[in-house]
Amino acid sequence: MTVATPPQANPTVRRPVVKPDRTVWLMLFFIVTSVLLLVSHEPDVLRNLGPLGSVLRNKVVEALVVSLFLANVLFAYLWKAANWAKLIVGVGSLLFVLPLAGQADTSLLDLSIQVMIFAALALGLNIVVGLAGLLDLGYVAFFAVGAYTWSIFASPRFGEVLKYYGSNPGTTGSGTLALGLVLTAITAGSMIYIRGLHGRVAPTRLSNLSFLLAGFGLLAGILLVGRSILVLASGSAAALANGINPGFFWLFLALSIMAAAIVGVLIGLPVLKLKGDYLAIITLGLGEVIRVLANNLGLYTAGSQGITPIESASVPWFNSLVGALGFGQDQYYLLFLYVLVLIVIAVILLVNVRLDKSRIGRAWIAIRDDEIAAQAMGVPLMQTKLIAFATGASFAGVMGMLFAAKQTFISPESFNLLQSITVLSMVVLGGMGSFSGVILGAAVVTLLNLRILPGLGEASANVPWIPQEVNPANFNRFIFGAILVAMMLLRPEGLLPNKRVARELHHEDDQEDESKDGNASGLNQGGDVYSAGLATIKEDDKPGGNR
Amino acid sequence: MELSVLLPFIVNVIVGGLILGFVYAIIALGYTMVYGVLQLINFAHSEVFITGAVVGFEVFRILQDSTMNGYLKLLIALIAAMLVSGLLNVLIERLAYRPLRGSPRLVPLITAIGVSLILQDTLRFLEGLQGRFDLTYTLPAGFGDKFCSTNSTCAPVGDFLRTIGVDVQLKDVILVVVSLVSLAVLNYVVNRTRLGKAIRAVSQDRVTAGLMGIDSNLMISATFLIGGALGGVSGVLFGLKFGTVNAYSGFDPGIIAFTAAVLGGIGSIPGAVLGGLLLGVIQNLIGVMNIFGNLLGFANLSTIDASYSKIGPFIVLVLILIFKPTGLLGKSNVEKV
Repeated sequence: MTVATPPQANPTVRRPVVKPDRTVWLMLFFIVTSVLLLVSHEPDVLRNLGPLGSVLRNKVVEALVVSLFLANVLFAYLWKAANWAKLIVGVGSLLFVLPLAGQADTSLLDLSIQVMIFAALALGLNIVVGLAGLLDLGYVAFFAVGAYTWSIFASPRFGEVLKYYGSNPGTTGSGTLALGLVLTAITAGSMIYIRGLHGRVAPTRLSNLSFLLAGFGLLAGILLVGRSILVLASGSAAALANGINPGFFWLFLALSIMAAAIVGVLIGLPVLKLKGDYLAIITLGLGEVIRVLANNLGLYTAGSQGITPIESASVPWFNSLVGALGFGQDQYYLLFLYVLVLIVIAVILLVNVRLDKSRIGRAWIAIRDDEIAAQAMGVPLMQTKLIAFATGASFAGVMGMLFAAKQTFISPESFNLLQSITVLSMVVLGGMGSFSGVILGAAVVTLLNLRILPGLGEASANVPWIPQEVNPANFNRFIFGAILVAMMLLRPEGLLPNKRVARELHHEDDQEDESKDGNASGLNQGGDVYSAGLATIKEDDKPGGNR
Repeated sequence: MELSVLLPFIVNVIVGGLILGFVYAIIALGYTMVYGVLQLINFAHSEVFITGAVVGFEVFRILQDSTMNGYLKLLIALIAAMLVSGLLNVLIERLAYRPLRGSPRLVPLITAIGVSLILQDTLRFLEGLQGRFDLTYTLPAGFGDKFCSTNSTCAPVGDFLRTIGVDVQLKDVILVVVSLVSLAVLNYVVNRTRLGKAIRAVSQDRVTAGLMGIDSNLMISATFLIGGALGGVSGVLFGLKFGTVNAYSGFDPGIIAFTAAVLGGIGSIPGAVLGGLLLGVIQNLIGVMNIFGNLLGFANLSTIDASYSKIGPFIVLVLILIFKPTGLLGKSNVEKV
């Protein structure tokens, strides 16, 4: 059985298609959709438009307008156009038109932040699934780690924790703190020493055991230190009743990245020996474990009630600047987060592109293609996979923190399996391994989830013959499932495919192989080897060169 | 702590766990059969099995007012659930998995997740059309009664159970008997018939089996049919045991059953059963950890209650995959380059 795909010309002899210049179209599209977006979010104008206004107010139409507007950025990326036009469209739509429309309708800002949060999540998962080929179904766990890292400290929760330790001090005090510090130092030192020893002589059973023991000692030491710090600090519980100073936001931006990366490594260490389906199921399990813990560790996470209110950073100069531009007091924090998320996602994208071209990126792709061959060629498997896990996790961590700051409320329900699968369907829809595709997938799925489906639900609520139980708004599982299945069956490389993945998935068109005879690992064999990040061979190069 | 209180309690927990374990074992067989043949984790199996539960519910609902014998109702429910789930599984294989044979392993896995989501919402839609969401089984009279608790006519088993203080309902006994019968049938089919021989051949080497004149596609369909039928049986048993199901409640038992299959060694039929029974007991033990903690005086244990019992299978899964990835009864599978 072959994958049902349209026949494709052999890429090695295909001439590059010359794209027509579409500068004019791009600018025209940008202006039209921007005007449409601005008009449809201006209540005064809408009222004067009469029947057209009520059409524009319809939720489904509004979602369509927003999608068309966001398509600007996509077209600026895809179409061949003058660079100045691309720049105007990109900067104009993201920095001017969207905030301007968001001034009249904050839900638009909210939506764009959500799209970008999911885009960053999808970019992170894309590293794990798309580049390194490790199917992670518990990805949302890292998102939860980032979110809880900030929200415990930036909410009344922290005061509650301190109060608890104040009333249950046990025997911990400054003496225990000293003991814990000594224990931590000794065990950490011995772990480093044993590790150094392993570099020189082969590890023995005894040295392995003592390493493990030292690890447990380190854990105990850190727990002791943490607990005694909490007890010693419990005196200031009342002062922290509203959480820590929001100025610590920037520190926690770094801390949440670190926390998520550490959890990524901790989860990765035991499970990354596994492959394929086993890895998928075990990451799914660990994701669920983190959710159950969040549900049950009531002291720290407030259980299923969730933590609220969560503060975000206060940036006085930004607020006064935004205030001068005519935004309302309640819009300051949303706009601040919007700009912040925009910057963060730009950084993440940059990191992604650089990583993809680096040694690590090539090692990831080597592992994805054939683990054993990669190992034979000297790629350190465990280390490379752990880096993939930690990188993906750290993106999720920072976005989790921003998500918590935006929502001002989090509960374990935001981090269930469906969220992981939502992010996975973004990656699959856009195209595994392709950055632009993944962002597109995130935008499409988020719009579908937050605007189009609720819009349809609202529209159908007034239709008498549709019972409430079958409201389209409740069909998001069906739609994600359909996306996953349809993409896998019809276009496994995604909407905006990564060139390399597309060739891999369609390489029975290029060359003979036995994968169609039911050999499941067929795609791991044969095929030409291209450089991982950028193709160094031009598409129209003849094999063997010109002689 | 007095032993006379603790012992019956422990026995009860273990017996309850074993009964639960039989449900998991039959679900796990569905995973293991498919995995054995295609090396594919059929994520959609948890929905196939919950479809069986829904069909069972519908049968019991329709037959609620008839004066039919309760066991006959159960038989009809089981057969209907087997048929629907088996055919559904074959359909899924035909439409979603077969076109993807030979693609990288990630591809059918993602498809399976997708199919599982589609089935969840479809089931909810179908039941929602009739205004139902949580389906509560209305069992035939007598199924929920304590097993031989009122009179002494059913000695010696009932008497024995009463003396050791075990609390078993009639439906639990039915559940165990049905599980054992389906296990025996499955064992016969796989090990003694031509069909079973062909399936085993295909699972060993699809290409060579094809050369020997075995239609591997047909055999894979047969495997999916058998796996789905087992899913149907386990669905009805699940409904019988827990009383309430909904379209989304397949996920947890599905994942536990998968863990059971891995624990026993995926691809191995006795392994799946062993894993299911073990996990049932482990889950029950974790669920009552707080009672143990209170009884034995360990304050730290007393916070662990039924809400943690979901974690148990995952911890077991992590441990088993780290220390013995082939499972308890699995054969080691060396990867060839």
